[in-house]
Amino acid sequence: MPETLVFYLFAGLAIGASALVIGQRNPMYSVMLLIASFGALAGLYIQLDAPFAAVAQIIVYAGAIMVLFLFVVMLLNAPQEDAAAYDRTHPLRHPAVTRFGALLAGLLVVQLSWALVRANQLAQPVAGRTDGAIVSSVRELGRVLFERHGFAFEATSILILVAMVGAVVLARREDHA
Amino acid sequence: MIPLSHYLIVSAILFALGTAGVFLRRNLITILLSVEIMLNAVNLTFVAFGRVAGDVNGQIIVFFVMTVAAAEAAVGLALVIALFRHRESLNPDAFTSLKW
Repeated sequence: MPETLVFYLFAGLAIGASALVIGQRNPMYSVMLLIASFGALAGLYIQLDAPFAAVAQIIVYAGAIMVLFLFVVMLLNAPQEDAAAYDRTHPLRHPAVTRFGALLAGLLVVQLSWALVRANQLAQPVAGRTDGAIVSSVRELGRVLFERHGFAFEATSILILVAMVGAVVLARREDHA
Repeated sequence: MIPLSHYLIVSAILFALGTAGVFLRRNLITILLSVEIMLNAVNLTFVAFGRVAGDVNGQIIVFFVMTVAAAEAAVGLALVIALFRHRESLNPDAFTSLKW
């Protein structure tokens, strides 16, 4: 079944790239790998009949936000994490405590997966009950967005304006102030 | 056909990876990237549930999450630049002067 194959390909790519993002010390490679992860997620959105979310994911996330990250990494000439600066004397960095934390994190994944596999309503196929044409229609999406969520949409525009002003103020050199 | 639980398990693994990144990495930029991974894991959940329910509201929430993530990245990176100017470091351990 090609559909299942494509799902596992994209899911594996997203998880593998995300694991590599946090698994290594060079922030430049981390940003590049995260772009790959977001591309794979866009593939999953297309499988879920959400072409608008997939295109927005690629344009906004992989395009705009990650370019912003790349600019900052290159602008700061970001140093790699140096192991020497790592403060091992902190009481929370004791190896036993760290191992216990890692155990709890693994336990969380096992518990979540177990609960998800056990809940039997979730075993139905995603495309089983409803028609994909309803959710994949960008016209319907725009109609609901502007008719029912108009206030939230306008609030978002103010949020972006505030974030823009805040970024300019925060990143300004202080000797001009 | 792929069951809903598969999408939710992918989302749970991505969220756990993002959480682990926030706790494990000692680099402000990688920590912000891990937050983006968590936001995307939640987005996947919204789109999957919206597809099952046949409701476009799942995608509308994803749209809002993306705009908030863009605002968060802009302000967060401006803060990182300001902090780097002060300390010449991206290690969060270097920014403890407010603590004591």
